[in-house]
Amino acid sequence: MGLELYLDLLSQPCRSIYIFARSNNIPFEFKQVELFKGGPGTGPGRAAARPSNSEGAGKVSLLKKVPALKDGDFTLAECTAILLYLSRKYNTPDHWYPSDIQKRAQVDEYLSWHHTNIRANAPKTMWIKVLIPLFTGQPLPSEKLQEVMEGLSASLKQFEERFLKDKAFIIGSEISLADLVAVVELMQPVGVGCDIFEDRPRLMEWRRRVEDAVGKELFFQAHEMIFNIRELSNIQIHPQLKEHLAPVLMKMLK
Amino acid sequence: MGLELYLDLLSQPCRALYIFARSNNIPFEFKQVELMKGQHKTEEFQKVNMLMKVPAMRDGSFTLAESIAILLYMVRKFKTPDHWYPSDLQKRARVDEYLSWQHISIRGKGSKLFLMKLLLPLLTGQPLPPEKLEGATEELNAVLKQFEETFLQDKPFIAGSEISLADLVALVELMQPVGSGYDLFEERPKLAAWRRRVEEAVGKQLFQEAHEGILNAKNLTVDMIAPEMLEQFKQHLLKQVTQL
Repeated sequence: MGLELYLDLLSQPCRSIYIFARSNNIPFEFKQVELFKGGPGTGPGRAAARPSNSEGAGKVSLLKKVPALKDGDFTLAECTAILLYLSRKYNTPDHWYPSDIQKRAQVDEYLSWHHTNIRANAPKTMWIKVLIPLFTGQPLPSEKLQEVMEGLSASLKQFEERFLKDKAFIIGSEISLADLVAVVELMQPVGVGCDIFEDRPRLMEWRRRVEDAVGKELFFQAHEMIFNIRELSNIQIHPQLKEHLAPVLMKMLK
Repeated sequence: MGLELYLDLLSQPCRALYIFARSNNIPFEFKQVELMKGQHKTEEFQKVNMLMKVPAMRDGSFTLAESIAILLYMVRKFKTPDHWYPSDLQKRARVDEYLSWQHISIRGKGSKLFLMKLLLPLLTGQPLPPEKLEGATEELNAVLKQFEETFLQDKPFIAGSEISLADLVALVELMQPVGSGYDLFEERPKLAAWRRRVEEAVGKQLFQEAHEGILNAKNLTVDMIAPEMLEQFKQHLLKQVTQL
């Protein structure tokens, strides 16, 4: 029993891990977790406990979130931790997490800043445009969406001016974990119809470079689900999940 | 010109850096950046960190923001004892796991309570409605439970038998709500015991020195804030509170 990765490709951090592992030919067993079809105690941010493939899922991560990793008896949560573990264990090419202490620090710097900036704003687009209407039956709150887009714009501005600047990639001439983590997050608004790359040519160029670096086909395959997010509306959401999430989502609307 | 650390010890991540550097005898120049006086907005500081946040670091011509990045940089450059960021793959992953998780949980909820209980009332001249404070306290309690059950469990420290960056980063964050008057250690003996272990590991005196400011935060008065910063601060904090 080798490396197991518990993933739902609707989730941004899951996509970065999936792309990283596949791009580096790291052998792993893909353990599908479907966040929206789960039973009690599940939901976005929690691993689904579907009987068929959940023997590990519930136990895998005490945090009950995706992504999660299981390597023998060792279990791990948190995207950054998983990416770093994989890069070390499988000795991936240096550029992903450079041994140069300053370049490495710049990757760390981005990965840290990402949490409370890009990752704080980008996912909300999906909540507002898809999940809230889906779960609560309430119409799309457009002022709320505008608020979210403004927050995201501010983060994108900082991203371009402070992190990317005029470089090909965040830390220079080669792709690193920082670019991968950033790009998957920015694909979330794209998937729900907020194309943040549209009026941002520099960002679009960077995205193309990242796609080329990991492999265009792999990139699109990883993003197939998010591009087809509309189909989520047709998924039969577990009723208990709906019941559990509706009040949380209503709170977000305030 | 050696390592410069730009810090305001009222800020949790600044305390982590300060304690780590001093505890490891890393030579550095302490560059005070007083947030309440708006010193993080000066042109001079922006040259160090254009994001206008503390902590920040300058090492020669190399500048760096984000406390976790700075801590890891110091670990590597000054080759600190292994336990801080263990070379064992799995132990290291545990530290990474905590450092990642804590951003929105412990840091987010701890900061939120501090803002709501102390800072916002200081700026606005009135306390927040009790239900709001209760809500923020409950949110913090929930992540504290997760911290104890998932990260600490029955171990002396997060990564096992020795202190690591994870414990230091965790504890400085928990001191923030304490500074606002919420003694979260009072009815949590396991957490209190862990806190004592961390304090001893870094040096009790150093820990207390680093926390002098925040533990006296109740004595802060609004006239300590630069008048031109007041409105800006208020708006910024009100916004933060809704996002955290």
